[in-house]
Amino acid sequence: MADVAVVAFAQAPQERHSSGTTNGVEALVPVFGQLYASTGLTNRDIGFWCSGSSDYLSGRAFSFISALDAIGTFPPIAESHVEADGAWALYEAWLKIKTGEVDTALAYGFGKSSAGLLRRTLALQLDPYTVAPLWPDSVSIAGLQARLGLDAGLWTERDMAEVAVRSRRDAETNPNAQLQGSKDVDELLAEPYFADPLRKHDCAPITDGAAAIVLASVERATEFTENPAVITGIAHRIESSHLGGRDLTSSPSTAAAGGAAGLDGARFDVAELHAPFSHQELILRSALGLDGDVHINPSGGPLAGNPMFAGGLTRIGEAANRILSGEAGRALAHATSGPALQQNLVCVMEAAR
Amino acid sequence: MTVTQTPSTPLSAPIELSFDYTRSLGPTLSAFMTGLAERRIVGARASDGRVFVPPAEFDPVTAQPLTDMVDVADEGSVVSWTWVPEALPGQPFDRPFAWALILLDGADTPLLHALDVPSAGAIATGMRVRARWTDSPVGNMNDIACFVPADGAAAPRTATATRVEPVEVITTPVQLTVQHSASIEETNYLKALEQGRLVGQRCPVCKKVYIPPRSACPTDGVPPGEYVELPDRGIVTTFCIVNVPFLGQKIKPPYVAAYVLLDGADIPFLHLILGCEASEVRMGMRVEAAWRPREEWGPTLQNIEYFRPTGEPDADYDSYKEHL
Repeated sequence: MADVAVVAFAQAPQERHSSGTTNGVEALVPVFGQLYASTGLTNRDIGFWCSGSSDYLSGRAFSFISALDAIGTFPPIAESHVEADGAWALYEAWLKIKTGEVDTALAYGFGKSSAGLLRRTLALQLDPYTVAPLWPDSVSIAGLQARLGLDAGLWTERDMAEVAVRSRRDAETNPNAQLQGSKDVDELLAEPYFADPLRKHDCAPITDGAAAIVLASVERATEFTENPAVITGIAHRIESSHLGGRDLTSSPSTAAAGGAAGLDGARFDVAELHAPFSHQELILRSALGLDGDVHINPSGGPLAGNPMFAGGLTRIGEAANRILSGEAGRALAHATSGPALQQNLVCVMEAAR
Repeated sequence: MTVTQTPSTPLSAPIELSFDYTRSLGPTLSAFMTGLAERRIVGARASDGRVFVPPAEFDPVTAQPLTDMVDVADEGSVVSWTWVPEALPGQPFDRPFAWALILLDGADTPLLHALDVPSAGAIATGMRVRARWTDSPVGNMNDIACFVPADGAAAPRTATATRVEPVEVITTPVQLTVQHSASIEETNYLKALEQGRLVGQRCPVCKKVYIPPRSACPTDGVPPGEYVELPDRGIVTTFCIVNVPFLGQKIKPPYVAAYVLLDGADIPFLHLILGCEASEVRMGMRVEAAWRPREEWGPTLQNIEYFRPTGEPDADYDSYKEHL
């Protein structure tokens, strides 16, 4: 089966509040424009399109259909959609190239998180019988998870703050990042709790945005870029929707996805982890066996900007960019979906030999 | 042509979406909800011996349906908690409270629920808590109003409500408030309507004129180009006669809903045709806008109450066949 590579990545600026509609068109048109410019492809040349978005977030039915205006769909295109982060749209696009049916594909994700009350909207991803009727918000669910690890001595509030400090300092080199900053750990720990034991710095900001990635078969990849990021492994796994039945202090689905993606103790130059809460990065590092040598989230990661339904795809794009630019030889990217790291995707990319 | 100013801020308005989800329960969750209606908490024993509360419907190891139901206590210990300084709509309280994962006596998995304490300082992991039941349980999660600290004394066994009929369906209302923004192009269009003008935009690639204008040409995927003022008259491309009454209907059937293609536009929009018998409406018929009184105008196409026949000769089919 055809090997597949990331050949280009583009993203919209990560913003606390964008003025556009919830259908993503205004954000996506310039993003696609960047991809056409960098690859020389046009919208007529892409073999398959796949998007990730959510109607609950956009507050309208079939918002992904409206988003198709950004592509231009006449004559008709081959297109699909997932009600999940764009990273899962990329998985479908990867599979489509693997089958040999197409040799280029474009995966994208978009979300206007600011249109509603994000942490409340995300309660709708919980079990609809016994949990969602109480409307537990996503920050509170993460708070419960964080305390389990604090009480078990697996991490401290200082460890969590260190993740935030590193993320926001690294974000200073990312022009698309929503939050940047150089506060130190003691300053952050002096802040009040937002959802005890979480402080605001422990939580990804509310971000509007969009991101897109062009994939190509390795046979064609060098037509579009000098250093394609070849996907050597990609897999995703999910855990039970029974929150109490999970060990929330670990991430067996991440470990399993990593194993299936061929992690195998491999060394990485860079890892982009989709941890919307500081303690979740600590869980992911442990599940993926990442040691101190790996540069984690050099883009600033989700704590510097986390556009819903594009945040995971952005991790793959940021990791791939380090290979496309020639800086890195091997990169790991991770995306998450659902409450408290319920579903996880791991993507391993390498520079072409 | 009137110059259309680019607005700095798009028009924006809140919309409240609500829907009552009605869900069938199946045997396992039916046992749980029926238990709640009787002020009992029921779990299910899995193949690994663990008692899941709420019951999982399927065994996490073997994937077999779980049907070995076990009563557990309505009292237990806090396994984890988080403080909510500002409650959100739909949550069990409209004042500060805690969420807690609570391991009920007899259960092996913790249950998520609200904990009523005055401050975060009044909670600790491991503290004993007990369910506070609502007065009239009906068979859903809100039958447990919340949990409260269990004060040392032996828990007075909550009076069991009378046996009830099995609960087989739950209704969960969902309500979301979304602030919708129009695009810049839609904002221009709506503001022009407020002045009694119809404004479209031309795609710079295919040259087609869209009304309402779109943020990108659906054919070419490029942002729209020049604004185009359009007249308030055109033709009926296709139509249907509405004979069926429905909830919220404003006009007595039969009446005509039609696609109206304004002169100079390439995309028709849906509107009403009145001012003649429904049976007289035909494809290609020339129509003009019947505007509401100026003082009623707002940023909406409803400023045009309907379209009515002009009496001009019909358009040739060939002139609009591309727009059907």
